[in-house]
Amino acid sequence: MDRLAITPPEALAPAIGHLAVVGLSVAYRGVPVLSDVTWSAPASGLTAIVGPNGAGKSTLIKAILGLVPSTGRVTIGGRSVDAMRDATAYVPQRATVDWDFPATALDVVLQGMVREPGWFRGYGRARRERALALLDRVGLADLASRQIGQMSGGQQQRVFLARGLARNAAILFLDEPLAGVDAASERIILDVFDTLDRDGRLVVCVHHDLGTVSERFADVLVLNKTVIAAGPVALAFTPQNLARAYGVPLTV
Amino acid sequence: MDAITAQLLAVVTFQAGFNTTVVMLGAAALGCAAGAAGTFAMLRRRALVSDAVAHGTLPGIAAAFLLAALLGRAPREAGWLMGGAGIAALISLLAIEWLGRRPRVGPDTATAAVLAAGFGLGLALMSVVQTLAVGRQAGLESLLFGSAAGMLPGEAQMMAVLAVFVLVVIALLLKEFSAVAFDPDFAATVGLPVARLDALVALVCAVVVVAALPIAGFVLAVALVVIPPAAARFWSDRAGTVVAVAAAIGAVSAFAGAALSAVLKDTPTGPAIVLVAALLFTLSLVFGRARGLLRGTG
Repeated sequence: MDRLAITPPEALAPAIGHLAVVGLSVAYRGVPVLSDVTWSAPASGLTAIVGPNGAGKSTLIKAILGLVPSTGRVTIGGRSVDAMRDATAYVPQRATVDWDFPATALDVVLQGMVREPGWFRGYGRARRERALALLDRVGLADLASRQIGQMSGGQQQRVFLARGLARNAAILFLDEPLAGVDAASERIILDVFDTLDRDGRLVVCVHHDLGTVSERFADVLVLNKTVIAAGPVALAFTPQNLARAYGVPLTV
Repeated sequence: MDAITAQLLAVVTFQAGFNTTVVMLGAAALGCAAGAAGTFAMLRRRALVSDAVAHGTLPGIAAAFLLAALLGRAPREAGWLMGGAGIAALISLLAIEWLGRRPRVGPDTATAAVLAAGFGLGLALMSVVQTLAVGRQAGLESLLFGSAAGMLPGEAQMMAVLAVFVLVVIALLLKEFSAVAFDPDFAATVGLPVARLDALVALVCAVVVVAALPIAGFVLAVALVVIPPAAARFWSDRAGTVVAVAAAIGAVSAFAGAALSAVLKDTPTGPAIVLVAALLFTLSLVFGRARGLLRGTG
């Protein structure tokens, strides 16, 4: 039952230690996508990764999580990400999976707990109830047994968020969670962000909408194949830095 | 016609002799395992790998036949042909895996290339086999097109054992296989060994295909892995249920196909099984509770 409980404070982001990226480079077929990214993430709170299309924002998250081959070093509290898997949660872009898959919303949320029971065992009733509670948290309790393809884009995004929450992780990586979602979904997702922030977790979020960065995020990483600027929004999210990242003058 | 009906009734109620009964139960167990294993190949969009593996067994069968003939052994009794098929299947699987990881090849090209190369090599070797005036090619024929009648009780028992093994593996790893099939990237971030689980699904499918050779033949063995899951998808929106329904459809197809073939003497088992499976697929397509045509939802 202990894994079903709320995360104790000592397992939250500040106690787990900093997420640090040192000299990270990624190349697809010889073409550099990210080069020499060095970034020390804040201890906790909401951080946006912004940058133009093709800047490598999604790739950075995937490289940090070990999903694409990279050179360089990524550590959490001084240890490799592989050793700290249970401190991380990944909420991928909605378009990366086939929503025709035979699964209900509850089934998908349970996948966030797939390693908890151990091999050769079912999820058990307590985890099903926890998954249901997480669906309730994102406003989908009444759609728990609906096939995932029969939900709206915003609802699907919330299912993915609930699956990420099921990891009960100190650090959450989200890839464009607000892209193309309806207003109700956006409000719920931002509300969950606030809770995660208050809990003392670190939320790293690829974000496309420059106009809402200041009001929603405390920190920012401005990226274009390498780090253009990083730090508190007030310091790093400047027109000069954005102009350097996007290659054109922008007003925020 | 009445005679055939009566005979069919006798066969399906296990009153047609010990041998036929063993073969039909073995076929049913194998169909069951094939449906279950094939479901994950389908959900992971790797169903064609099983087809490549099946075609890839042909050079193994032919080479084993030639080797046995050279050494003056009887290929069938010593399990030479099945052994050759198994080794060739494994080589095909490894070739697909290795080629598919090359950046400029990709999994689908690798699968198609191995299928064509394996089949081509197999046909070349078979032409050599045919120039040998070896009298005992019956064993070979049954592996090519499937034959319940010519099947040995030992082969049927081996099929049943493999089927049970496959079903146990799938039952134990249902939640892991489902998670990997739906979202391999997420599964990897959770710490599941995605590549190994993928390899296990491919291996289990290959085992099923090779085990199905004596009953379905190498051209049609893959149908047992592909058709039942596709049919089962029409009946449920839950992965676990799709697995169960696919297993049931696979079992019924193999059982009924073997029975039909035992009664209609000139019909090879492979085509009979596939025709039953295709019929069940069509019924599922129309009447399926979750996404059949009559349900009205895509």
